[in-house]
Amino acid sequence: MILPVESLPARIAATPALRRWGRYLDADVLLEVGAAAWLLTVRDGQVLAVRRGPFVLPSFTLALRLDPAGFARFLAADPPPGWHDLMALRRHGALKLEGDLVPFFAHLFWFKGALALLREGAKP
Amino acid sequence: MIEPITGRYLRLALEGRPHRLYFEEAGQGIPLLLLHTAGSDGRQWRDLLNDAEVTARFRCIAFDMPWHGKSSPPEGWQEEEYRLTTAAYTGMVMAVARALELDRPVVMGCSIGGRIVLDLAAEHADALRGVIGLQGSAFVEPYYDTAMLHHPRIHGGETCAAIVSGLVSPRSPEAARWETLWHYMQGGPGVFKGDLHFYKGEGDLRPKLARIDTARCPVVLLTGDYDYSCRPEDTLATAEAIPGARATIMPGLGHFPMSEDYASLRRYLLPVLEEFAEQG
Repeated sequence: MILPVESLPARIAATPALRRWGRYLDADVLLEVGAAAWLLTVRDGQVLAVRRGPFVLPSFTLALRLDPAGFARFLAADPPPGWHDLMALRRHGALKLEGDLVPFFAHLFWFKGALALLREGAKP
Repeated sequence: MIEPITGRYLRLALEGRPHRLYFEEAGQGIPLLLLHTAGSDGRQWRDLLNDAEVTARFRCIAFDMPWHGKSSPPEGWQEEEYRLTTAAYTGMVMAVARALELDRPVVMGCSIGGRIVLDLAAEHADALRGVIGLQGSAFVEPYYDTAMLHHPRIHGGETCAAIVSGLVSPRSPEAARWETLWHYMQGGPGVFKGDLHFYKGEGDLRPKLARIDTARCPVVLLTGDYDYSCRPEDTLATAEAIPGARATIMPGLGHFPMSEDYASLRRYLLPVLEEFAEQG
C-alpha cells in the first residue's frame, strides 16, 4: 500500500478545521499500517516532522496500529458503510491503540480528519 | 415564521424523586411518544414534529430525559454519578405517558430509545399500541472505554460529538449532520457516559426478547446501514429473536436518522405510521 504520509504536514496546515480541532495537541504519534511505520511529531496540532520506519524500540506518546485491509477500505474514495470512520475501524478490530489515549480522545476530530486526508493519493 | 411545535414543562416523580421535564409536542390524534438517543435531547425530532403529514394524525411528543436538554437533573445530583438503567428508563417512559394521560401510545425511540422500546414491549404490551425502534438492537458490544467521555483532561462536548460523528452517515446533508453533533457538544458532563451504562452494559435485553408478544404489541425496527454501533446485523438478529417483529435496513442512513436525514427516514417511516393510523 502506498500512503502519502509525508504530505500530511502540508495537508493539515491547509485545513482550517483541523487547525482548530488540533489546538493544544502535542504528541509523538506512531502510525503503523501492517509492517510500515511512521513517527509524527505533532505540536499544537501541526505535524512538524514525519520520520519513516522501520524503528528500533521507538518512543511515542501513542500508537495507532492499523490492519492494512481494513485501512484500505477506510481510504477508498467512497468507503463502504461500517468502514468509513476511524472508530468504525476500532469497532471491527482493524485499529489498535496503545500508549496515552487521552490526547487521542481529546483530539478525536483531529485524528479522524488527519487520517482521512490520506485518502487522496493512497494506492492499494 | 413560527413553527407549530410547542414546548412545556411537566412536573412528575421518577423513582420517588421530583423532576421537571421539558417536552415538545405537535399534532393531534394517536399519541406518538418519541425517545432521543444517548447524550442528546428531543431536538433530534424537530423535523418529524414539523411534518404535517405525520402531525395530521398523530399527537407527537418528544421529551428531554432528566439530565438532558432542558430537563435538569433531580435535586441532589451533585452527590451522585448519573447511570441509566433499564428499570429507570422504562419507568420514566411509562410515567411520562401516564402524566400526559396518553392512551396506549406508539413509542418510537432511537439508539438507547430503540433498545428500551424492546423492554417496553416485553413489560407493558397492553399499555402500548406498538413500538418502533430506530437503530435498535438488544445489545451492543463495547469497543472503547467510555471513561474517556468524562475526564478532566478531555473536553466532553467535543469528544462525545467526535465519538459519534462517524455514526452519522457521510451521505446525510451537511447541515443536519453537524446540527446532530452540536446537540452532543451541549450534553452535560458525564451524561452520555451515564446513558451508555445502559446501552453497553446493564441493558442487555437479549434474555427478554422471547417474551415479546407482537400480537399484543407490534415491533418494527428500522436501521441505517452506516451505523457501526447498532449494525444492520445486530438489528436483524434482534428481529429474528422476536416472533412477528419486522426489520428494514435503510441504505445510506446512519445512527440518527430522524435528525441527520429526516427526508430519507420518512420514506420508510410513513408506511409504518400509516399502519398504526389504520388500526386506530
